[in-house]
Amino acid sequence: MTRGPRLAVIGGGLAGSMAAVEAAQAGLTVDLFALGPAKRSHSAAAQGGINAALNTHDLGDSTGEHFDDTIYGGDFLANQTPVKNMCDAAPGIIHLFDRMGVPFNRTPEGVIDLRLLGGTKFPRVAFSGATTGQQLLYAADEQVRRHEAAGRVHRYEGWEFLSAAFDETGDGRFLGIVAQDLKTMEIRAFPCAAAVFGTGGPGLIFGQTTNSASNNGYASYALWRQGVKYGNPEFIQVHPTAIPGADKNRLISESVRGEGGRVWTWKDGQKWYFLEEWYPAYGNLVPRDIATRAIFKVCVDMGLGVDGEQCVYLDMTHMDPAEVARRLEGILDIYQLFTGQDPRRVPMRIFPAVHYSMGGLWVDYEQMTNIPGIFAAGELDYQYHGANRLGGNGMLSAIYGGMVAGRAAVRYLEGLSKVTAGGGGGAGGGGADQAGRAGSPTPVDGEGAGALAAAVRREQERDAAIARMDGTENAYLLRDELGALMNGNVTVVRYNDRLRTTLEKLGELKERYRHIGVTDSSGWSNQAVGYVRRLWGMLELSQAITLGALQRDESRGAHYKPEFPERDDANWLKTTIATYTPDGPKLSYEPVDLRFIRPRVRKYDVDKGASRNV
Amino acid sequence: MSEKTAAATVLFRIKRQDTPAAAPYWDEFRVPSRPFMNVVAALMEIQKNPVNTAGRRVAPVVWDCNCLEEVCGACAMIVNGRARQACSALVRDLAEPIVLEALSKFPVVRDLMVDRAVMFENLKKVKAWTAVDTTSDTAEAGPRVPPRVQALNYQLARCMTCGCCMEACPQVNRRSGFIGPAVLAQVKLFNSHPLGQPLAPERLEAIMGPGGIAECGKAQNCQKACPKQLPLTQVLADLGRQTSVRALTGWLRR
Repeated sequence: MTRGPRLAVIGGGLAGSMAAVEAAQAGLTVDLFALGPAKRSHSAAAQGGINAALNTHDLGDSTGEHFDDTIYGGDFLANQTPVKNMCDAAPGIIHLFDRMGVPFNRTPEGVIDLRLLGGTKFPRVAFSGATTGQQLLYAADEQVRRHEAAGRVHRYEGWEFLSAAFDETGDGRFLGIVAQDLKTMEIRAFPCAAAVFGTGGPGLIFGQTTNSASNNGYASYALWRQGVKYGNPEFIQVHPTAIPGADKNRLISESVRGEGGRVWTWKDGQKWYFLEEWYPAYGNLVPRDIATRAIFKVCVDMGLGVDGEQCVYLDMTHMDPAEVARRLEGILDIYQLFTGQDPRRVPMRIFPAVHYSMGGLWVDYEQMTNIPGIFAAGELDYQYHGANRLGGNGMLSAIYGGMVAGRAAVRYLEGLSKVTAGGGGGAGGGGADQAGRAGSPTPVDGEGAGALAAAVRREQERDAAIARMDGTENAYLLRDELGALMNGNVTVVRYNDRLRTTLEKLGELKERYRHIGVTDSSGWSNQAVGYVRRLWGMLELSQAITLGALQRDESRGAHYKPEFPERDDANWLKTTIATYTPDGPKLSYEPVDLRFIRPRVRKYDVDKGASRNV
Repeated sequence: MSEKTAAATVLFRIKRQDTPAAAPYWDEFRVPSRPFMNVVAALMEIQKNPVNTAGRRVAPVVWDCNCLEEVCGACAMIVNGRARQACSALVRDLAEPIVLEALSKFPVVRDLMVDRAVMFENLKKVKAWTAVDTTSDTAEAGPRVPPRVQALNYQLARCMTCGCCMEACPQVNRRSGFIGPAVLAQVKLFNSHPLGQPLAPERLEAIMGPGGIAECGKAQNCQKACPKQLPLTQVLADLGRQTSVRALTGWLRR
């Protein structure tokens, strides 16, 4: 039933699950690793919906419009070819998930209904109540389970990826991964010639965010440390509408505005709808970076937050309660629970919160990183959103990227098999050479096994060293300090002097890290040791994010510097590439793929169409 | 209520267990109170200062959580005697001391963390999926679905596999092997989906044997326990009828 090489997939969210489905469908055996049951992944927390130019209502939408909105919304920093391919694939992806059983909301006629989100004039978002991510994730997870029942997928849920293993004495090829069972704490190697990573973003770096507890970024850090390039680290999305909380900031979906919700505050005794006034063409549905900056301006610069606090109103009290229940179910209950107020009757109080990383591991158009055999997809990669992500594109890029990665990994492994089967001479010089560097489908020969064992030993030593830490610092409190530092200085408004200070303070935090006392000495299901390991990754990734922001002297998408308020294409229309060195990140830059749409000024006070010049 | 908001701390009494084989014991912690604090935030506070009320430094409490907004199902535990998600359990609504225990119907991993693998295994048993031919774009939308049907399916599809219904069900115990309401709801969901229907007979067969629908004792605790208000009583009644019909007419298909 199962034949051929094994593929490791790390991450059980939308990207990882879809990569696993693709590979299993192609006949590979897949080992799927996730921190917990895949069904509980952070994809479940996505609310508003998924973009696809289905044009159900015949309002003139097209995949070309979707493509243009995405590039324009991302302030022209995204490589255009993969974005175009994603937008072209989107309608097919909705149909696939429809067939997979997602209960998308329907029009009275029974076809998939669409709604508006920010940064577009077209209803383009397919949705399932206000828990679309949960529904898409469940559908993907169910297909994984189908393949699992057929023996093509083996789940390692409750396992954490620690590092990749390479043939260090030989040609450097990728040999497999090292992972830890979070229950028994066993550290083991899993040989594989290719691996797809879909381990999400590093949101926890910023303290209280809209992210889940699992979004620690450790896998991306570990791969970066091992030589994978990191693209556009400085581009962090701050979502305009969240409710602050002690454990996290809870997202209030953009779909509230998509369904008619309005943002306002009091000014001179009047309700002031500042988004509608400042951006008449898009109003409350400006993209997230624009809305977030506007709310900051109102609260921080103008001091016009509601009751003098850092918040403004998101108002849906004028909307039909029955429609609200049908289309936004889920959001309202959460708001009511955590504030004690009914958003149907009282406007919600919201404030921006860190939400998503546009930056991530560098990948080519086949989702392969610069290390052959290692693929990345989902929020983990840097590929689809440029300087700012549009609502509805996050789940789309996770699914699309995961599917591309899964298929590419299958082709990659097939290529290796052919080269190996062909033996020395006949397989074609270039291919053999590439494969020789890259790997082989059955990598565990004698030397490979030695390298894998060495990689396991390294991680065991790292683990033991952390377990021995007996200083006075508490890791959880240090993370709180890191979160406050990064949230305060490297999010919505960025000043070079504060970014420099932040880099210094990160250095201090790294020093204090060495004085952490580990609070749990158990050898069973020890959550403290893993937390300390991940915190180091957060500190080092924070340096890349901050340095990327410091260097980029312009404003583009989510990256805004009052000292450099304009976009500067002449100097900065380029991708930041952060490379790991033990002395801190090194930055370099590479050109952006602009082959379809010429960059133009991005503004939302007038229609985008008016300034279009494809 | 008022004296609680005035109080600077909240008292937690937590049932702990170091390993699956170890004997459980109790620890008490005083946690600084914050407005709209939930149980998860309190457990996070304990991580920052893992000192119990006896003044002894102990290992921080181990528990499971992820989304923190009641959509992932990870943090289900027993809070003051009731199975629920810890993230949506607000301290201000709970009587003190707030008592936390692991779900009792699943093997304890450590402290408040349990192993709910049995639920995922059962989802496999009942083939809770649609058998799509391919992930490729078939250039075709799925079947049309009236909004009324979508609304019912959406309700069933929101099951987080959290296990609260299993905890509340008297029939779920070590002797019965009862598959439980959550998984049965998925049988109902996929049997009513046009692309799920080809497997409907197999799903019904899967719940007709030992541990299946017949184990339901109609206590109806499950529906009350469900944090997502799945119409579980109705689901169980419907499936009971369908399996009875199938049992009676089964010989016709031979």
